[in-house]
Amino acid sequence: MRRKDTSDGVSRLAQSRLAPSRMRPADVLRVAFSGLRTRPLRAVLSALGIAVGIAAMVTVVGISASSQEQVNRQLRELGTGLLTVSPGTSFRGGEPKLPENSVGMVARIDRVQAVSAIGAVEDAAVYRNEAIDANRTNALAVYAADTALLDTVSGTVAAGRWLDAALAEYPAVVLGSDAAMLLGISRTDGSVDVWLGGHWFTVVGVLDPVPLAPELDMSVLVGWPVATELLGFDGAPTTVYELSAEDDVADVRGLLPATVNPSNPEEVAVSRPSDALAAQAAVDETLTTLLLALGAVALLVGGIGVANTMVIAVLERRSEVGLRRALGATRPHIRRQFLGESILLAGLGGVGGAALGGVVTAVFAASREWQFALPVWVLGGAAGATVVVGALAGVYPAARAARMPPTAALSAA
Amino acid sequence: MTPVVHLSGVSRVYPGQPPVRALDGVSLDVEYGEMVGIVGPSGSGKSTMLNILGTLDRADSGDVHVDGYDVAALSDRQLSALRSRRIGFVFQQFFLAPGVSALDNVADGLLYTGLSLRKRRARARQTLQRVGLADRVHHRPHELSGGQRQRVAVARALAGRPSLLLADEPTGALDSASGAAVIKLLHELHAAGTTIVVITHDHDVARELPRQLHILDGRISADERAERSAAPAPGGAR
Ligand SMILES: Nc1ncnc2c1ncn2[C@@H]1O[C@H](COP(=O)(O)OP(=O)(O)OP(=O)(O)O)[C@@H](O)[C@H]1O
Ligand SMILES: [Mg+2]
Repeated sequence: MRRKDTSDGVSRLAQSRLAPSRMRPADVLRVAFSGLRTRPLRAVLSALGIAVGIAAMVTVVGISASSQEQVNRQLRELGTGLLTVSPGTSFRGGEPKLPENSVGMVARIDRVQAVSAIGAVEDAAVYRNEAIDANRTNALAVYAADTALLDTVSGTVAAGRWLDAALAEYPAVVLGSDAAMLLGISRTDGSVDVWLGGHWFTVVGVLDPVPLAPELDMSVLVGWPVATELLGFDGAPTTVYELSAEDDVADVRGLLPATVNPSNPEEVAVSRPSDALAAQAAVDETLTTLLLALGAVALLVGGIGVANTMVIAVLERRSEVGLRRALGATRPHIRRQFLGESILLAGLGGVGGAALGGVVTAVFAASREWQFALPVWVLGGAAGATVVVGALAGVYPAARAARMPPTAALSAA
Repeated sequence: MTPVVHLSGVSRVYPGQPPVRALDGVSLDVEYGEMVGIVGPSGSGKSTMLNILGTLDRADSGDVHVDGYDVAALSDRQLSALRSRRIGFVFQQFFLAPGVSALDNVADGLLYTGLSLRKRRARARQTLQRVGLADRVHHRPHELSGGQRQRVAVARALAGRPSLLLADEPTGALDSASGAAVIKLLHELHAAGTTIVVITHDHDVARELPRQLHILDGRISADERAERSAAPAPGGAR
């Protein structure tokens, strides 16, 4: 009786001192890592599932960011001061045209730096030679262009030269970049002629692609005077290009319709090509979102793979769990071990996937001669996503390991 | 002085059809510094008793005190803490981590004590020396003989300087020569003051132990002490 009292007294005193120790984070990591190391192939394969998902997402975002960066850089280079004036919908019916004197009128607006125009030469088509079937026009448009056009739209010649005042009087032609490709013409030394509107025109130049006036890429440009003289051009512009300082664009834009067509300003459409370029990049965002969703699905599948690996690991390592419990591990210790292992597994996949995605983006950007851009938030997001996936995948297996009674776990061997 | 183990009227019944009374009203005291062998036929309840002594399992009825603590009053967390500091286990199957050096296998036995990695390794090295494996510190389990593996497992159980070392058939998986070496080690540890409870099937091994508990159908059928036993414990089992 007396002995029992003392022993109870001792236990009550001692019980207050019995608290399990906390595991250091470094130890949690070490244990998780050594757990993965026992089955390296399996760890690599299930990390690969995560890596594929992360790589897909990082690549999609990286390529989209690089493309955006490319557009931004292009806009910085080209400027955003160009406006395009074209005949809008005519409420009176009939072929919409701009008034003949549009260029002169626009030039009179304050703060306009440059104006030029192109005019469609109707019923004229261009062929490599006169024997070709008249219906095979290659969808190339023939325009009369004034000599200021190239500077106004920030265009450049890829070969040969642009139309000057003298050439504009003669049957000479400059090809847009796509037009040259479709006609199969690269020589600009005066040795190549094309059959245009029933006359031979000598090819004197080929343009680079013109980002701010992409309609020129598919067209064939002749001088304004020669178009009037030989091709029956009526002299009415189809599109007027107007350049001003970026700060003045809004003001000028407001004045353009009434200036070009005072009687019917609503029939004049004014647009800003740089907006179209930016919008094009924005259109890509829909695709980006779709691809991101696909990447997320891949990540989800990878996460299921990790969960599967962890469930098997817990079943296989019952005796390890029992031993650790015998060594003094608490249930939370066991839970944290397997959760840590799962997060580490997914995390390794995430790091590998982010690296792979970065490399693919860099290679892709280089192949397009784009600026490489990969925002830091993408890498942070990838890391965060893998931690979340790893944690979710590990919750159930870890809880299951922690729930095992020590004796049952030990006798499983 | 309180005994390191105090059981009184301890029963453990496994549910089933019919239920198995693996332990049936066992009372027992083990004093600090004793070395006790548990012998008995297969299925008599030896492992069940050792698991209850080691707080891996709980009794269905009766009193269990280990190292002064009333086990029934402790939470799972507290029992884990008790095991990490006061109890060492040795199992028939060694349970060493494959591909991990002897040193780290022993050091990881201290993972839940709160010691730093450096201290754990230092203690592991010391303990490996104590079990005669100073020259096998960096060997991995597959590079060790069965007897050496079991000595690593003994070192792992000892590294935490437990009040109580429990061994469930530590020689069960060993040939007689390696088994004898492990038993010799246990005797040395006992001589140096460690309290040991060991289950064995081997009658020659059992005969050499200072105290033998014979278990039959979940009861202690005999509690024998060798004549030369130095620690006559009061309040032994009936
Ligand atoms: N988890 C369990 N569920 C049901 N019955 C069990 C369980 N564990 C043990 N038993 C039963 O309890 C009895 C005692 O088992 P125990 O493992 O303690 O025997 P043992 O003396 O260690 O035998 P051995 O020498 O073969 O290891 C046996 O009849 C066994 O079938
Ligand atoms: Mg047994």
